[in-house]
Amino acid sequence: MGLNFSLLIVAALILAVFLGVEALGLSFLFGVIIPYLAIATFIIGFILKVVKWAKAPVPFRITTTSGQQKSLPWIKDNKIDNPATTSWTMVRMALEVLFFRSLFKNTKAELVDGKKLTYQWEKWLWLAGLVFHWSFLIVVVRHFRLFLEPVPAFVTLIGKIDGFFMVDLQNVYITGVLLLAAVTFLFIRRVLIPQVRYISLAADYFPLFVIMGIATTGILMKYFYRVDVVSIKELTVGLFSFNPVIPEGVSVLFYIHLFLVCTLISYIPFSKLMHMGGIFLSPTRNMPNNSRAERHINPWNYPVKVHTYAEYEDEFRDKMRAAGLPLDRESSEAEAAATKE
Amino acid sequence: MMFNSRNIIIGLIIFVGIFTFPFVLSAGKANEAPKLSLDTPVINELGTEECLLDTEYMRSNHMQLLADWKVEVVRNGNRVFVNDEGREFNMSLQNTCLECHSNKEEFCDACHTYAEVDPNCWDCHVAPEVVK
Ligand code: HEC
Ligand code: HEC
Ligand code: HEC
Ligand code: HEM
Repeated sequence: MGLNFSLLIVAALILAVFLGVEALGLSFLFGVIIPYLAIATFIIGFILKVVKWAKAPVPFRITTTSGQQKSLPWIKDNKIDNPATTSWTMVRMALEVLFFRSLFKNTKAELVDGKKLTYQWEKWLWLAGLVFHWSFLIVVVRHFRLFLEPVPAFVTLIGKIDGFFMVDLQNVYITGVLLLAAVTFLFIRRVLIPQVRYISLAADYFPLFVIMGIATTGILMKYFYRVDVVSIKELTVGLFSFNPVIPEGVSVLFYIHLFLVCTLISYIPFSKLMHMGGIFLSPTRNMPNNSRAERHINPWNYPVKVHTYAEYEDEFRDKMRAAGLPLDRESSEAEAAATKE
Repeated sequence: MMFNSRNIIIGLIIFVGIFTFPFVLSAGKANEAPKLSLDTPVINELGTEECLLDTEYMRSNHMQLLADWKVEVVRNGNRVFVNDEGREFNMSLQNTCLECHSNKEEFCDACHTYAEVDPNCWDCHVAPEVVK
């Protein structure tokens, strides 16, 4: 259901750009207006979402971390998995964001011979996820050769390394191919593993199809149905410098690519793709485990009226003494102070 | 009310900085596509200023044409290219393309710098000498 629905939506989006640009000549809408709206939706939506999240209090240190907590000096603590200070927590967060450390520990439960439950280390999801995210990042960074004039040196350098291999006299960007391969693997995994398929919804398939669409149109543009890159750069530089232009001769394939990118970024604030910001707000990752060293007070505590044992004894001392009950103090503190003087 | 507002605000400022820096870097800059010069002795002699194939096609597909030429020459030993109008050309990067486009720097390179591509052809093929 979710799968077909998402596929249908992405196909409809592609058809909409195709007809809009080819039949109705709406290149200004798809080339300028929609990109501006999309980027505004992305940035404002993202901020509002994070502010909304920040309104939820997180009262406790959530200490479900693997690794020994810092306690007594002769017990060796695991500083990365169970950090007690902010700086080690930043190390843990950086490793999580850059290398998906939690996902690395992923296991798979299986019944062997129909009765024995076994757990296995499952690394393919981690590997494909890592390849996917890193390729995506590098592809986006490389794209700045088409966004900025002059091109920053590090973009050129990344492009040179990434395009090291030449096929048919042309540099082939490895990350572009890896991106499409990894996202395809992630999709196939979702469909083939019954348990994963069972919990997959349209919200899981849709971003996969959009990203597949972006990567496919990009690869088509670069290696198969070539486009006029110089005119496209005029268009994008125009967007970024707020002097939008629609040059002649920009292929509809580019408008499809661009519209899918706009769809993706404007979809981020409303979807699971917000994990891009959410990872930094994960309580199990971003809180130092210092509950033993510091007292954390629940922010929504209201003042509770308490009656301590000392006060209780003060109140009933005479009756308790009369009944022969043991007393902590023979007289109340105020009386003791008075007798001293 | 926000909790940890200091960290949240620092994070959001970084986020906005990363995603708006292309706008900040380009703000107010003129948007100029490279100016291509066709002012070469051979092109000036031509009756009609035409490339081998349609100009639109050449803009997007010249690298494919060159790749096809190389295969034809090096693998198949065929050095004659016949264009749409039936005219024959020698399939050669330096002797055909760069005979007309002898101003490599104001033509090929102008575009390639703008689009940030750096074909390595000139490591082996001879580029026409720049007339000083
Ligand atoms: C007979 C001379 C001649 C030859 C040979 C020739 N060109 Fe051209 N080329 C031209 C002319 C003239 C133009 C300008 C056409 C126009 O402005 O419509 C041009 C235009 C172009 C353009 C488009 C430039 C623009 O304004 O967008 C490219 C790219 C190009 N040539 C590449 C090549 C390559 C690569 C080769 C070799 C495979 C080649 N040319 C061979 C004469 C030639
Ligand atoms: C209208 C601008 C323009 C002109 C003029 C032009 N090129 Fe290009 N050329 C490009 C662009 C843009 C690319 C890269 C396309 C991409 O990003 O895939 C390119 C790529 C190439 C490539 C493939 C490089 C690679 O690594 O993919 C070769 C080879 C090439 N050009 C040769 C030439 C030669 C030779 C000339 C001059 C006769 C020339 N070009 C003139 C725009 C131009
Ligand atoms: C390692 C050196 C080398 C590099 C780099 C190189 N070539 Fe060549 N190329 C050759 C040799 C050798 C031949 C064969 C020459 C012949 O038989 O005339 C050739 C032949 C060709 C031919 C057909 C014959 C001719 O005279 O042009 C074309 C077209 C060609 N190369 C295009 C390219 C392009 C485009 C690039 C850059 C993307 C490139 N080559 C990079 C070595 C190289
Ligand atoms: C999330 C963002 C994007 C992704 C994942 C993406 C993906 C890709 C991929 C995989 C390619 C194939 C070539 C390569 O590997 O470099 C490509 C090419 C291309 N993309 Fe994108 N793209 C994105 C955003 C954009 C945007 C915003 C634009 C323009 C406004 C754009 C314009 C192009 C163009 C013109 C090409 C052809 C490149 C060339 O010939 O060098 N892309 N894209």
